[in-house]
Amino acid sequence: MSREDYEAVIGLEVHAELSTKTKIFCSCANEFGGEPNTNICPVCTAMPGALPVLNEKVVEYAVKAGLATNCSISKDSKNDRKNYFYPDTPKAYQISQYDKPLCENGHVEIETSDGNKKVIRIERIHIEDDAGKLNHDDFGGESLVDLNRAGVPLIETVSKPDMRSAEEAEQYLRKLKSIFEYIEVSDCKMQEGSLRADVNVSVRKKGDPLGTRTEMKNMNSFRSIVRAINYEIERQIDLIEDGRTGRARKLKVG
Amino acid sequence: MNITELTVHELQEKLKNKELTISEITKAYVDRINEKEKDVQAFVTTLTEEATKQSEEIEEKINSGEIKGEFAGIPIGIKDNMCTKGVKTTCSSKMLENFIAPYDATAVKKINEENIINLGKLNMDEFAMGGSTEHSYFHKTYNPWNLNKVPGGSSGGSAAAVAANMVPWALGSDTGGSIRQPASFCGVVGLKPTYGLVSRYGLVAFASSLDQIGPITKDVRDSAMLLNIITGHDEMDTTSANIEKKDYTKALKKDVKGMKIGVPKEFYGEGVQPEVEEKIKAALEEYKKLGAEIVEISLDVAEYSLATYYIIACAEASSNLGRFDGVRYTHRAKDYNGLWDLYKKSRSEAFGDEVKRRIILGTYVLSSGYYDAYYKKAQQVRTLVMNKFNEAFGKCDVIITPTSPTTAFDIGGKLNDPLSMYKADICTVSVNITGLPGISVPCGVDNDGMPIGMQIIGNRFEEEKILNAAYAYEQVEKFRENHKPTFKK
Ligand SMILES: [Zn+2]
Repeated sequence: MSREDYEAVIGLEVHAELSTKTKIFCSCANEFGGEPNTNICPVCTAMPGALPVLNEKVVEYAVKAGLATNCSISKDSKNDRKNYFYPDTPKAYQISQYDKPLCENGHVEIETSDGNKKVIRIERIHIEDDAGKLNHDDFGGESLVDLNRAGVPLIETVSKPDMRSAEEAEQYLRKLKSIFEYIEVSDCKMQEGSLRADVNVSVRKKGDPLGTRTEMKNMNSFRSIVRAINYEIERQIDLIEDGRTGRARKLKVG
Repeated sequence: MNITELTVHELQEKLKNKELTISEITKAYVDRINEKEKDVQAFVTTLTEEATKQSEEIEEKINSGEIKGEFAGIPIGIKDNMCTKGVKTTCSSKMLENFIAPYDATAVKKINEENIINLGKLNMDEFAMGGSTEHSYFHKTYNPWNLNKVPGGSSGGSAAAVAANMVPWALGSDTGGSIRQPASFCGVVGLKPTYGLVSRYGLVAFASSLDQIGPITKDVRDSAMLLNIITGHDEMDTTSANIEKKDYTKALKKDVKGMKIGVPKEFYGEGVQPEVEEKIKAALEEYKKLGAEIVEISLDVAEYSLATYYIIACAEASSNLGRFDGVRYTHRAKDYNGLWDLYKKSRSEAFGDEVKRRIILGTYVLSSGYYDAYYKKAQQVRTLVMNKFNEAFGKCDVIITPTSPTTAFDIGGKLNDPLSMYKADICTVSVNITGLPGISVPCGVDNDGMPIGMQIIGNRFEEEKILNAAYAYEQVEKFRENHKPTFKK
């Protein structure tokens, strides 16, 4: 079969750090950088007994993002705990939104280089807190934890799997970036990690049901996203041509 | 005059009349702790030296007019699951053996603002899980009425310290009965306020939707006074109720004219120690004389409360205790091989059996595939129990039940039988599930001289009614005049 008989199915989960003055659940400044563990308090370091208080501005910014991407805004929304153990997550859970996100069923329009316009649907936008950072270098085999970023507010925008090429994925991400920058909810500095994407890719013969997908996490440049998607499409087609289906795999980049 | 036998309002009176000084009061308590702590072992950390120093400072400031305050210089004890800046907060766990909180819990802050003196941190079941204080990592606490018996739990250190006159009053916390049941076992007054009345900020979370801080005191007036101090809206706790602050001592009236007292038949009979039922029935007769009307009510969902409680409490605990992972302020295993081994070894070494049991239960009921069958269902039953109580409060002002089906049990008696330990919570857990306020007041003693507790439950934010009912009864029962702990072995 020729490569033209295949199509890629691509969906993006885009994390944008909100540019509110303070963190999502405490009054620490929402700033990038700083000496490790200097911008912290009992709440964002999950001291025993500390409790989260939701920053109203975070809700306001997320609703703005929802309105700017044609979402409907839920009047009844709640936060949920996502429990897992990892040293960058001091509470041992992320406070995210599971079954009642703030924003749902939106869309944005993109334009590709050949002038075609296409609507990419947005499943949901929800609010959550960012994790701290682990530093693995030069500490004699030990890792160090920096919690300055813990509690930075994020919105996660989940698209439907509506993109069919790396170019469409890139255009979609550029569109989101320009919207979030324009409405001033996020500075979207990809090199600082304030805009980053998890990319889901699967390949199928045109007309077939969805194939097995792979997830590439934490991509934070357009170039790497385009290269990774193109590489992944080729790899999956090769696997199918070889008679093997694509095994699910997770790649963590950056 | 025996200073440590006095209530706080009596101490205030003596201070006002200059019959006593602040440093005399603190000294009396320090002496009492030195005398009785070896038998009772109510404390995890004593602060006798710090308290002595503090009492002198406060006395000076009062004499120079720098500070005033009706509670300045009164001592207190604080359950060891409330964060106290600069002083260890262990939750009676090896996990937090050396944890010193960098901040004060809101309730503690309010205590400090009154210049009340902290005599120490009080023993408890590890992470407040248990009903006997036998699950403390450090040591057991012994019931001052009979040192072979448990003081109840989880606030067993708080109740025993008040009963033994080692502190004039104490703060406890109540997730399923942890203030009321030990108060009942130790012959003191324990109040669990309405969920949201007292800020939980700085209370180490066990089950966030059930936990409340409350007073453990010698009498009902002290209970109302301590409640006055610790209530108030707190921006640091979003579940803290934004309601007007009240003076609860105004509710302390000697009669209960026109009050309707609901008596739910499901809380009496089988499983209840005969003397407990007798004494509470006798108390109901007293209430009639004081002007109340007794109404029989039904709370037939109460029997499901226990299972519902354990599912919800364990589920929340399994998530809340995740942060004790060996990475930061907790115990960390000495030798480990990578991150997962660090987690596994640190948690295996530092959590006690009861805590592990509940984390495992909680993780199970939250896991995918079981969530709907257990956790979701428990939340639905919780709504049914709330509806039933709402219905009941259409017919009565307060509800009276035993606080515990029995008086204090023997040390070691239920330690190897978790289910029977859980069953002892049958009368108290509905109050936490529904978020209602409940108070336990002493109601005579059983044939062995062990105190009996009567529980008075009120509607949401109607602490005044239960305080009124408790106070009126206390005035005729005169428990403190008739009964004293014997410290017998
Ligand atoms: Zn913070």
